[in-house]
Amino acid sequence: MAKISLEDIKHSYLKRPRAPEDWALKKLDLEWSDGGAYALLGPSGCGKTTLLNIISGLVRPTEGRVLFDGVDLNERPTDRRHIAQVFQFPVVYDTMTVRENLAFPLRNRGLKAAEIEQKVAAIAHMLDLSEMLPRRASGLTADGKQKISLGRGLVRSDVNVIMFDEPLTVIDPHLKWQLRSKLKELHQRTRRTMIYVTHDQTEALTFAEKVVVMHEGRVVQVGSPVELFERPRHTFVGHFIGSPGMNILPCEVSGGGVHFAGRQVDVENPPRGLLKGRHTEIGVRPEFVLLTEQGIPVNIVKVSDAGRYRIVEARCEESRIKLLLEEGVSLPASNVCVRFDPTHTRLYADGQLLE
Amino acid sequence: MTLELRNVVKSVGAQTHIHETSLRLAKEGFNILLGTTLAGKTTLMQLMAGLEQPSRGEVWFDGKNVTGVAVQKRNVSMVYQQFINYPNLTVFENIASPLRVAGMGRAEIKDRVHRIAELVKIAPMLTRRPSELSGGQQQRTALARALVKDADLVLLDEPLANLDFKLREELRDELPKLFVNRHSVVVFATTDPMDALLLGGHTATLREGCITQFGPTAQVYHRPVDLVTAQVFSNPPINTATVTKRGDHIVLSETVQWMATAEMRQLPDGAYVVGIRPHHISPVANGPGSARLDGKVQITELSGSESTIHFEHGPLHWVSQSHGIHAVEVGTTIQLHIDVDRCMYFSVEGKLVA
Amino acid sequence: MDGKTQNQMGWLFVLPVVALVAFNAVIPLMAVVNYSVQETFGNNMFFFEGVKWFEQVLHSDRFHASLGRQLIFSGIILAIEVPLGVAIALAMPRRGPWVSVCLVLMALPLLIPWNVVGVMWNIFALPDIGMLGRLLNDLGFNYNYTQQPISAWATLIAMDVWHWTSLVVLLAYAGLSAIPDAYYQAAKIDGASAWAVFRYIQLPKMRRVLTIAVLLRFMDSFNIHTEPFVLTGGGPGNATTLLSIDLVKIALGQFDLGPAAAMSIIYFLIILLLSWVFYAVMTRGEEQ
Repeated sequence: MAKISLEDIKHSYLKRPRAPEDWALKKLDLEWSDGGAYALLGPSGCGKTTLLNIISGLVRPTEGRVLFDGVDLNERPTDRRHIAQVFQFPVVYDTMTVRENLAFPLRNRGLKAAEIEQKVAAIAHMLDLSEMLPRRASGLTADGKQKISLGRGLVRSDVNVIMFDEPLTVIDPHLKWQLRSKLKELHQRTRRTMIYVTHDQTEALTFAEKVVVMHEGRVVQVGSPVELFERPRHTFVGHFIGSPGMNILPCEVSGGGVHFAGRQVDVENPPRGLLKGRHTEIGVRPEFVLLTEQGIPVNIVKVSDAGRYRIVEARCEESRIKLLLEEGVSLPASNVCVRFDPTHTRLYADGQLLE
Repeated sequence: MTLELRNVVKSVGAQTHIHETSLRLAKEGFNILLGTTLAGKTTLMQLMAGLEQPSRGEVWFDGKNVTGVAVQKRNVSMVYQQFINYPNLTVFENIASPLRVAGMGRAEIKDRVHRIAELVKIAPMLTRRPSELSGGQQQRTALARALVKDADLVLLDEPLANLDFKLREELRDELPKLFVNRHSVVVFATTDPMDALLLGGHTATLREGCITQFGPTAQVYHRPVDLVTAQVFSNPPINTATVTKRGDHIVLSETVQWMATAEMRQLPDGAYVVGIRPHHISPVANGPGSARLDGKVQITELSGSESTIHFEHGPLHWVSQSHGIHAVEVGTTIQLHIDVDRCMYFSVEGKLVA
Repeated sequence: MDGKTQNQMGWLFVLPVVALVAFNAVIPLMAVVNYSVQETFGNNMFFFEGVKWFEQVLHSDRFHASLGRQLIFSGIILAIEVPLGVAIALAMPRRGPWVSVCLVLMALPLLIPWNVVGVMWNIFALPDIGMLGRLLNDLGFNYNYTQQPISAWATLIAMDVWHWTSLVVLLAYAGLSAIPDAYYQAAKIDGASAWAVFRYIQLPKMRRVLTIAVLLRFMDSFNIHTEPFVLTGGGPGNATTLLSIDLVKIALGQFDLGPAAAMSIIYFLIILLLSWVFYAVMTRGEEQ
């Protein structure tokens, strides 16, 4: 177990990077404490897989250091960093049985047969693979194979961190939540540090205690799922997290108040100055856009039934506003007005939350 | 413009991939094929397109029998999960390719390609190659190629599956706008019930080669004709249990029972299967008539605005999904409330009764 | 209906090839079968003899001897070329500027016309003026492939290995390139040794490719004619008279059409049988 620190990491896949876009990872510093469940969340190309590979040693960073418990690991190869990784598609040794697969990392490290047997049995039980042990690994379904990949990491006791690189990609959608729950359960039982890379916010938010949101090679925000949802510090985070994402609406700041579509809007973080020259926006999640008698008039464009709620797309001047209607609540036939819940409406300047 | 499958069966060797199916698809709105992987969605689409021939039955399009007609003669376009594009042609050439095959004039090709590229929002990428584009842009190119042909039948086989979560949402929002004002029959295959709900139109639920129900999406969702349909159209899975009706009461277990709805009271006493969607069970009381049950928490998943709690009640493993953050410890027993007005009841054989 | 769309145009495209194959292979084959059951005295009169030639060939010592030599030859070839080819493929770089260089180097021996290969080695191994032959003799070996059976065999095998190992290398390399990086990364993380990586990842994943390589090398080496013919002519004596060389001697040298035809058919059937055995053994256990 170890505390992992990334100091001043910058990385480029090119030999001589010049422009900012040549850098896959722009300067970042991160710390991962022992035993935590982390997620690296971001769209494709944001650098999360690069970061993962830097931690595991498969990629050497162009600049910066990787420290495990204060020890600089830049020179150490992957197999001496005591990490385990589960990849996007299952990696199993086809010619071996499930039991042999799980025993493989232990055999390579020279453990005694009795000890290996015991550890393999314990892990197989945790992963519900006990009946499959004598079977050939190639015969299992995708989620079974991913469990084997995971098991190979769990079975070693010297593992500092287990890393997941979009592990649910090939799993059947109706089985994804099972494996997700299993991963969370395993984390709570074994308390190993786990880092989970994904572009899927559901996976990230349900698994992690702390989520690192990345965008274009930078860390945009680090926080718990609740924090990221309630107080996104960047409009990107507001948009990226939540389905549907946050409404980002243009606004003007004048006379000590925030105005949208000509009306005054109360925000949770009122501005102190006039914010001249800055691009101001308000962010409010669809959950907190409320129907009201007197408010901002909108035109309903579309109502989609999403099962447990309905997504209403409305238009006000040039802006699109989305709001959610619960089951059973109906829309008025005409003159629909909305207001924004002040405790959940925030002001952003140039994309950043105004603090 | 309608596509009809009449008593179509597809078998390969001894295995039946598609059991006897009759389906009528119209050009208004999306026709969604919803089912798990290997349920038969792709096979069904191939039969519709003419890429495969049915072992029995006929395919009719617009009043004409097209069974046996090769796909090249049908006016069909298809978009796949894996962003299929010609790798060494530019985006412009990719989109233009079906038009060139059709022998269209240069000026007209240019005009059409530009219009479609604007619609699909890849106009700035026209001179690039697919390998230089992001996943979302590649899929838009494939979509543009499918749209430019103005085909009679457009088939989309899980086109959003390989895209990032947010991109998927965006494209899902945009897709209906791309197909409005077209005279094509559009068929969309997916494994995600949310796709079906948000795209609207009509949905056919598939399981193991059988279509269990076909109708307007909202109807299939809210009034599934049987338990299988309800299960296919549910993510997370629908909670089911066998209950007994005794007079005015529905009994789930010794500790849990509730008043039957007016509709249920009309039915004879006996055993039924209740289906409760996860968002109808909540740790928060939601009405005076709700039934209470105790559940031992196995896993809690918090995703920003929702809590998904997996719990045990006796032998049942159920899921509750509710608004707000309810961080409950694993192993504790909490009280949950069922919104009994929204429960669905099925006969023991699986047919919807109330 | 069998499930595939009817498309009649395809047959038109295939017709020329069918005609070609018919003239070049099927009809001559039929002629051979014809000859194999008849006797001729060279005056264009043919008498039906039934299976007499087949019996004669199968019982002839000469046939057994050349079949034996052929089997030993193919056996040695496979035993050397397949492991060597795989080893070279493993050693070749998978990325970077040297990849193309290696691939071209490996392809070169395959491009040389086969009789040129034979002539090359013929001269190269000449005991007095050939570079190899002279070198070996200077080093103290008593080497003369025109007179000693052992030297002849050694030269023949060396020539074939030089000529054809590249095929195995290229096929194995293609198979190796198809293995995703994640497997190697996972093996690194599991602490696997290089041998374990070979045994549990590379070899299983190359199975299909190796099957093809073995089948091709077996069939080609069993059929081999040009190179040994140019190199030794089947000598010294009949030390390197492999099946095909023997066959040609009988058919064209002695003009015994009957036995030659029968031998051809037996030859063909042996190759078919052994290929099937190889194929079945190597693909056993593969489900889909």
